[in-house]
Amino acid sequence: MDGYIHSFESFGTVDGPGIRFVVFMQGCPMRCLYCHNPDTWRAGAGKTYTAEEVAANAAKYKSYFSGGGGVTVSGGEPLMQADFVRELFTLLKAKGINTALDTSGILFNPADKHKFDALLEVCDLVLLDLKHIDGAEHKKLTGHSNGNVLAFAEYLSDTGKPMWIRHVLVPDITDNDEYLKNLAQFIDGLKTVERIEVLPYHTMGAVKYKNLGMEYALEGVEPPARGRVQNAKRILGIIK
Amino acid sequence: MMFKQWEGFTAGKWSDDEVNVRDFIQHNYKPYEGDGKFLEGPTEATTKLWKEILKLSAEERKAGGVLKADTSVVSTLTSHPAGYIDKPLEKIVGLQTDEPFKRSLQPFGGIKMSEQALNMYGYELDPQIKYIFTHYRKTHNDGVYDAYTPEMRRARTAHILTGLPDTYGRGRIVGDYRRVALYGVDYLIEHKKRDKDMIDGDMLPDKVRDREELSEQIKALGALKEMAALYGFDISKPAQTAQEAIQWLYFGYLAAVKDQNGAAMSIGRNSTFLDVYIERDLERGIITEKEAQELIDHFVMKLRIVKFMRIKDYNELFSGDPTWVTESIGGMGVDGRTLVTKNSFRILHTLTNLGPAPEPNLTVLWSRNLPAGFKKFCAETSIATSAIQYESDDLMRPEMGDDYCIACCVSCMRVGKDMQFFGARANLAKCLLYAINGGKDELTLDKKTGKHLQVSPMYSPILGDGALDYADVTCKYEQMMDWLAGLYVNTLNLIHYMHDKYSYEALEMALHDTDVRRFFATGIAGLSCAVDSLSAIKYAKVYPVRNEEGIVVDFKIEGEYPQYGNNDDRVDQIAVWLVKTFMNKVKSHYTYRGSVPTTSILTITSNVVYGKKTGNTPDGRRAGTPLAPGANPMHGRDKNGALASLESVAKLPYEYSRDGISNTFSVTPASLGKDED
Repeated sequence: MDGYIHSFESFGTVDGPGIRFVVFMQGCPMRCLYCHNPDTWRAGAGKTYTAEEVAANAAKYKSYFSGGGGVTVSGGEPLMQADFVRELFTLLKAKGINTALDTSGILFNPADKHKFDALLEVCDLVLLDLKHIDGAEHKKLTGHSNGNVLAFAEYLSDTGKPMWIRHVLVPDITDNDEYLKNLAQFIDGLKTVERIEVLPYHTMGAVKYKNLGMEYALEGVEPPARGRVQNAKRILGIIK
Repeated sequence: MMFKQWEGFTAGKWSDDEVNVRDFIQHNYKPYEGDGKFLEGPTEATTKLWKEILKLSAEERKAGGVLKADTSVVSTLTSHPAGYIDKPLEKIVGLQTDEPFKRSLQPFGGIKMSEQALNMYGYELDPQIKYIFTHYRKTHNDGVYDAYTPEMRRARTAHILTGLPDTYGRGRIVGDYRRVALYGVDYLIEHKKRDKDMIDGDMLPDKVRDREELSEQIKALGALKEMAALYGFDISKPAQTAQEAIQWLYFGYLAAVKDQNGAAMSIGRNSTFLDVYIERDLERGIITEKEAQELIDHFVMKLRIVKFMRIKDYNELFSGDPTWVTESIGGMGVDGRTLVTKNSFRILHTLTNLGPAPEPNLTVLWSRNLPAGFKKFCAETSIATSAIQYESDDLMRPEMGDDYCIACCVSCMRVGKDMQFFGARANLAKCLLYAINGGKDELTLDKKTGKHLQVSPMYSPILGDGALDYADVTCKYEQMMDWLAGLYVNTLNLIHYMHDKYSYEALEMALHDTDVRRFFATGIAGLSCAVDSLSAIKYAKVYPVRNEEGIVVDFKIEGEYPQYGNNDDRVDQIAVWLVKTFMNKVKSHYTYRGSVPTTSILTITSNVVYGKKTGNTPDGRRAGTPLAPGANPMHGRDKNGALASLESVAKLPYEYSRDGISNTFSVTPASLGKDED
């Protein structure tokens, strides 16, 4: 099967454990204001590769995966091409390579819970990007409500799937003690969270908007101060 | 034991009438597997001295790069009285001239270069010195130009051969300065005299030269003793304490930089050797850890202020004022023990005590088997100072053993047993353009005719305006490389003959075995540009664009082609082919003094200057823009992240490029992960 792919990164060190080969899938239904990869939004663009080609390409780096590394499929939103990802992960598992899925969870449907079961079967770890704990704010930030996302987190918890929760800290949007406390409470109710990461908002994506001739909604927003990042980490129980 | 200074050491071959520093280290060093907790901060004297040096550095910058320069005293081992920064505070003494930051006059490589350098900084060369070096004493540079063929001069003018050591000191020779400390100078003189006596019989030119050179070496060792005496030290006998060992060793190195203004004046592999002396003193209760660190701090301070008088273009070429005082640290022994000692930590700790600095170029010989405590310490020091170079001991040890060092940035040589003839580079990207244009330079014009300069003999160029044919181009490229390799090797043969004749490194060679192995170090520039150009011709359609004279000066590319740096074998194998092919052509020629040919792919900053002299290339690169440094992919063409880029480079065969492959690689700390560990 063919997948639409934006690009590859052979030395990923921030998307899951160890050194990771990262596949950036093309296409995303979310329109997060702070997205630093707007060039991955449009579905059906990018280059096409077969799952076999991608698996063979990733396997060239197997010797670097010994410290817990492997392959992370990110995006874009990889669940838009769930069948391709399932096929890719199946091939990688056959080669003994660890697999991680970096997703927003937005495509999960509580009415059709088992839609991604076959994919999750061959996925070792889910990196779940929880954009905002407040439904209304989530909609403002991403264009969608967060019902599906929270339901997905609970489903992963219920089915025993290991996950990392990732949360981007943006001044005035998510950097708010009340929201962070609510988020902490929600995460507390999940049974399979192995790690929580606070990702400080950065402005490196802004130039891409300019190059694409698009307007950047967060123009002028500065990255959070170090103290605020520490504060968020404390609230989320990452540090004491 | 032959000397009372050796008491407390374990005897071995080294103490049995041999010069064998490695054997001494193996019998006496203590591997250290712990962490850096034992380290001490700077003493008051260290801080005070370093402040003085920082003050002088600031003044030097303010003065435009040179604070003071000799214009009438020619530098020799004994040309200057003793010089100090602040005498009572200095535990290790010795300066290149009588004052810190005063640059010496070293005209044996070429008087013109010396004069130019002085003029650029507002100094006037003493007319009498100029007269002597133009009327009575010939220099290396004059010798080379007397013998150059017209073809060699054309290749130089057109910059297909660049950076040749024909106007400056070749450097890259590392004396075994440890010998001075371990044996004392008299013992070394005695051994050199014996070697000289062995050279007898029919006086063929080689033998005459060997005898003359040995005499020069013996005289240089005598001058070394005199130089030390100026500072109040008698170094005829071995060093007795750690302070003496460091001092003796440093005198050896100081003599080398007084004698030679070499392109790279590296110092060898000394820290573990010195640890033996420090351990002995610590056990005897003669010094404390604080004092041991002070000795190393003062030693390193001296290495930081080594300076040469050079023309501004030279500094531009290397983006700074580098001296390449490389010290090789750590590594593993062939017996499996680590060569890391406490002193490996101490020398790296100077980066903390004195603050980071590019010189000396502290180079850790990295092995996966290094002790965990040392690895962690290196990582911490790197994070804090960004001033450690790492090279793979696991890659070099099988060939070089466990007592080699790095000269300059990546050339490895066994200390005191190998030397090299530095050979700059041949530009393989330009060579490809010559293949297309039948040896006419794409940029340089013939001054007489105003037409493009015919550099090689008139080879048949590529004709017509059709897409370039890969088989045709590679066939012509091979022929052009045949020519270039031959010309290159012979140009270097001539240069090094003259360097030996007019600017012989007597002191440095006195600290080598007489029966030394010589490397003939050729180099490649423009690798990735040539490789991508060939890939473009093979996988896309590349049409030549000609000027009125019919010279191909540009290319039109249709379609995409695989680019080097993406771990794609279709193009990476072209790189492997190119390195092997060129090296095999180099090897097919006679190399001066039985030297072993090697190649390096390591232009670190000079790629910018080489790029300026190279026209439009078939990969789409524009004329005058930089080539990639070393074996790097062309800028921005490695699109699949770091490992893909590194894997492409890693395919280049090290056995064909023993003198080193460089890949300049920057990462932002955040992209390496989120935790300190």
